[in-house]
This record gives sequence, structure tokens and C-alpha cells, in this order.
Amino acid sequence: MLKGRHLIGPRDFSVDELEGLFTLAGRMEEKPRDWMDVAKGRLLASLFFEPSTRTRLSFEAAMLRLGGSVIGFAEPGSSSTTKGESLADTIRTVSAYADVIAMRNPKEGSALLASRFSTVPVVNGGDGGHHHPTQTLTDLLAIRRLKGRTDGLRVGFCGDLKFGRTVHSLAQGLARYPGNSFVLVSPPELRVPDFITKEIFEKEGIEYLETEDFEKVLPELDVLYMTRVQKERFFNEEDYLRLKDSFILDGARMRLAKADLAVLHPLPRVNEIAVEVDSDPRAAYFAQVKYGMYARMALFASILGAA
Amino acid sequence: MLNIAKIRNGLVIDHIRAGQGMRIFNWLGLDKAGVPVAFIVNAPSKEMGKKDMLKIDETIAIDYAVLGLIDHNITVNVIENEVITEKIHMTLPERVENVLVCKNPRCVTQVEKSAPQVFILSDRKKGTYRCEYCDEARGEIDLR
Repeated sequence: MLKGRHLIGPRDFSVDELEGLFTLAGRMEEKPRDWMDVAKGRLLASLFFEPSTRTRLSFEAAMLRLGGSVIGFAEPGSSSTTKGESLADTIRTVSAYADVIAMRNPKEGSALLASRFSTVPVVNGGDGGHHHPTQTLTDLLAIRRLKGRTDGLRVGFCGDLKFGRTVHSLAQGLARYPGNSFVLVSPPELRVPDFITKEIFEKEGIEYLETEDFEKVLPELDVLYMTRVQKERFFNEEDYLRLKDSFILDGARMRLAKADLAVLHPLPRVNEIAVEVDSDPRAAYFAQVKYGMYARMALFASILGAA
Repeated sequence: MLNIAKIRNGLVIDHIRAGQGMRIFNWLGLDKAGVPVAFIVNAPSKEMGKKDMLKIDETIAIDYAVLGLIDHNITVNVIENEVITEKIHMTLPERVENVLVCKNPRCVTQVEKSAPQVFILSDRKKGTYRCEYCDEARGEIDLR
């Protein structure tokens, strides 16, 4: 039962609850008209303290497609935080108006803190470099559709694995399914933090490999999750410039990969996937966007008790 | 060895790692406790080589969870009528609130000062804690 629940981290929902959400998302995708009024009269507060186009629009489109309405702001400049209001007070106020809150905030742990002060469900739309669980719902749904399963897969993550919150959340999400193993391709400075490798992979006996040799490991992969090196996560421009072009997926590298590889990317892309790859049938990152909206529709309908 | 008078009723905080005694004295606020306290540094110890000790001449309330967090090898002897009536061994608490302070500059607790600083025990063997908000293992004991 997801009614009234928050979604803060990638492990907040059980595997069975996720399966229920994915089944519901599938029904919504199949017959969207059947769901166009289920959230009528319900209000989403979309609080984006950090710029985002894709995630914010996906949340808002999901609520509107369920017949609900949306209030909120798209940048911190238009909220009371510029006047020095605390996040706790903003959340107390907004939860008096809305039925559900979707929030992105650059501070790590901000969504957990918000959930402590909210009287309505809080959905984490990204808390700094920490977690992004609705992207994980999106990614797991995409993998399930593209590969027919979410277990027994060799999954590669490539790029910024240190600050890439989508990577942290998806790795934790996939680690719950049996038989998955992970290949982590990044420069040493941008490796996956040890709260994933040491405390999840090693504690749970999950096989993983950290490498800088992208071409050597490409042929092994069933799923390749590419990420952008995010300029906004660096305190120092020099480090960003040095690392931004570390690993690029192009046509030549795609020739090394399996015929049924699924290439995913949380988007936006900068240059880590060459445009020539877009026409490759294994490039699934634009299809992934649509799964994201259905995943969020299923999530809102469930936590609002409207499904 | 230096001779310190026996206490009649009170607590002996023993097996403090040498050099850590002052930290514990400060944390427990013993300078303001209003009771006689003997602070012994570098006392010889069979097990530890050297150790620090605190003798408190009254049975005052102590937060054992915090003491365990600072040094889980500490033992506290409860003295009644000059006899040890209880030996309390420290354990690492599962959760501590407003004891450790998160050092991650990106953590929400850096800006939301009214939020409680909560740390969860992540590895009992290594004695490591992680910030409940941001998952970072960068807490420092807050001696404010």
C-alpha cells in the first residue's frame, strides 16, 4: 500500500511495491484515457530549488495527465528561500496547500528533511548529488521493458559516478534483484562513493568491477548507463575541464558492444554520447523519457490513493 | 603510582585511551558539575600501557550512548559505600542525535541549522557512522 507514503531514496519501496507500480505504469501507457480523471481536484506542489527542465516537466505532465493540477516554482529566485526562509518552514507552508510535493533541492538530504516537516507525501526529485529515486523508477521501468527483466544483467555505468545521483540510486535499485553485476567505468576522481561499493555491493556479495578501460568491458554489457560530467557539482572549474571528456560513446565503440545492448542516459546529454549513436537501435535514452512520465503517473496515483 | 583518595559513592570512568580524558571531561561538562572530580592522566595499565581515568565523587547522570561513541573501550564503575556495585561496558549506539556534526559541505544540515544532526551506526566493527541525511561518514564529535 503506497497511499500517503514519501519517496526519498531508491530503497523506500519494496521490490513487490515496485512491481505493482510498473504494472500500473504499463496499464496507464496502454490506455491513458482510463486514467485522465483519477487525480481530479488534487494538487501537486512542484518545488524546484535547482533548475531542471526534464524532471520538472515530467512530474507536471504526469499530474496533469491524471487530471490533477500543479502549483510551484521552477527556480529558487521565485521562492521565499531568497528572503532567508528555511526549507522546513517552506515545506510546512506548502504542505498546507497541496496534496503531494515533488521537490528538487541542491542540498544532500534535503528531501528527507522535507519529509519530516510535511503533512503530505514528499517525492524526491533529486537532492544534490545524493538520490534521484523517480529517475530510478524510470530507469528500472525502461530496463524491464527493453530487456524483459531486471535481474541477471551485467550493467555498466560510465562517466561521473561520484556526483551522478542517478547512478547511485539505480545501482542501489538494481542491487536488490538477483544475479545483477556491475561494471563501473570512470576516472579515479569520479568513482562511485563507498556507501554504494563497500556498504551495498560488498556487504551483499554483489560482483562489481571498477575500471578505466571502457573498450575492454563494453562487449560484456547488457545495459550501459551513460552519464554527463556535471559542471554544477564541481567547486573548481579546472577539475571539471580536465574530466569532462573522459569517456565518450561513439559509433566505433558501439561496434564492440552486444547486439542487444540497451544504452540509457538520464539526460541531458552534453557530448558523452556522440550524435551518430542516436540512430542506433540500441540507443534507448529517448524512449526512456516516456517511461519516466508513466512511472511518475503510477507513483502519484498510488501515493494519492487514486489508483 | 599517584595516590588518589577512594570515593565513597560515585563513578569511576576507567580505561579511557591515554590523551582522551580531557575530551571526555569537557563533553560531560564535569567542570560545571559542582561535584569533586579527580582527573588522572597516563595511569599505568596492564592492558593499555597507559590510560586516563575520571573519578567523580557523586553518582551523576551520564549519557552512556555518547560515552560509548567517544570511546567504546571505556568502562564505568559504579561505587556505593566504597565498593564497586556495577561495571558498565560501553557499546556503540545505533543512532545518535546532536552529538556528531556532518562535515559534508553539500549536506542539508549545513544550511538548516534547526534540523537535528542524526547519525546512524553503519559498521559496528569499524565503529563508523553515517549522516542520516546525506549518507556521508564525515561526522565529528560536537563539543559545543
